[in-house]
Amino acid sequence: MPPSPPAPRGARRRALRRYVSPLLLIALWQAAAMAGLISPRTLAAPSAIMAAAWDLSVTGALPYHLLVSLARVAAGLAIGLGTGTGLGLVAGLSRNGEDAVDAPLQMLRTLPFLGLVPLFILWFGIGETPKIALIALGTTFPIYLNLFAGIRGVDRRLVEAAQVFGLDRRGQIRHVILPGALPSALVGLRYAVGVGLLSLVVAEQINADAGIGFLINDARDFLRTDVIVVCLLVYALLGLVADALVRGLERRALRGRPTLLAGSAV
Amino acid sequence: MSGSVRIRNLSRGFGARIVLDRLDLDLAPGEHVALLGRSGSGKTTLLRTLAGLDPVPDDAEIQLPRPLAMVFQEPRLLPWKPVWQNVALGLEGADIRARAERALREVGLAGHLDAWPATLSGGEAQRVALARALVREPGLLLLDEPFAALDALTRLRMHALVADLWRVHAPTTLIVTHDVDEAILLADRAVVLEGGRIVADIVIDLDHPRRHGDPGFAALRQRLLARLGVVEG
Repeated sequence: MPPSPPAPRGARRRALRRYVSPLLLIALWQAAAMAGLISPRTLAAPSAIMAAAWDLSVTGALPYHLLVSLARVAAGLAIGLGTGTGLGLVAGLSRNGEDAVDAPLQMLRTLPFLGLVPLFILWFGIGETPKIALIALGTTFPIYLNLFAGIRGVDRRLVEAAQVFGLDRRGQIRHVILPGALPSALVGLRYAVGVGLLSLVVAEQINADAGIGFLINDARDFLRTDVIVVCLLVYALLGLVADALVRGLERRALRGRPTLLAGSAV
Repeated sequence: MSGSVRIRNLSRGFGARIVLDRLDLDLAPGEHVALLGRSGSGKTTLLRTLAGLDPVPDDAEIQLPRPLAMVFQEPRLLPWKPVWQNVALGLEGADIRARAERALREVGLAGHLDAWPATLSGGEAQRVALARALVREPGLLLLDEPFAALDALTRLRMHALVADLWRVHAPTTLIVTHDVDEAILLADRAVVLEGGRIVADIVIDLDHPRRHGDPGFAALRQRLLARLGVVEG
């Protein structure tokens, strides 16, 4: 028997070692806070942050506001997904559609959409509408752009093969063009989820009376840096979970296509 | 007559370049014709026009047996459909899977029904493409350099397979090839295209199965190569 290579154990030790410096930093932070070197007004101690997270959870405040935020981002994302998919299909599948849809969307895309907040407040007031509208707008573009590019990037030779074997335009779209555009569309979805969360953070700064953003603003008024950090961590966690969900969806939808990115299996 | 191909006065050009020049061509029912020619001689354009991928000019007359099936130089399988669904693409009616399975068994891939195309070798993928063409019992089979991308050994096996399949299915076949040996091994007739016109039409009346060492093989080979502008020392 050959001796087992030392690589796995070394790799695991290295992976563990990567946790050392972050943990050390947190310990330093805790020590500095306890020694009075960092005022709680500047940044709460890690222990205080954990306590705040516990408090917010057991009182039900955090779950409630988290649900409000999730509902916002879900509503905005649903609208953005619908609009982006609809426009992407129209522009991707017909030349006339492209002429009508693509130019205005490419122009709008160059606007920094987060800068539209003042306009949205004037148009929609300060309720839920401008918040959801901002998320919807932000998520429309990545969906549209990637679906459009995906449709146009479908291998022409595969469409020809389907044509020779008697598929009409509908059949070609269903069996060749849409499945071919799917990987690109899913990249768009992943982007959209990220943009949606970013838009949520910005949108919730607009006079919210509920949601994670409201918790942050409220905590700011009471100088509760511990609560602010908890909320920021929740935002970060949302991003991680959403990305993992979309990746899982990708793996399911793209099974059987190992060489898909290379596009060589035709 | 059904099963026969009749092409009259087919011209095609791209800009100033003439690709097909008032071409006439007939294929008898069940006949296997090899189409040879240097690159740019119009072979592929002719095949694409017959397949309906390029438009037919108004003043041309084309009669083809249907249904029509084609095997391309690359397998052109849909990577998101398992093998049997690729074979069944565009088929309608009941027991489609059973029909696909029969066709796959004919090309020796009965065990690969549910495999993904990306897991197949080049030769296997091309056999799936062949099954996809034969499953619809074509009246006309168009082969566009179907074995050009395969290695020499796999190509030999594919020649034997095609010869076998022709004993069961008898579609009228037009096979575009660069390979003079392939034409002599498989076809009843070799047509040489140059400048969009037919410059040679040679009957290959060797007995089947054919081998490179058969009497007459070398002479035919020389004749065809000469027509293609290659002189062997």
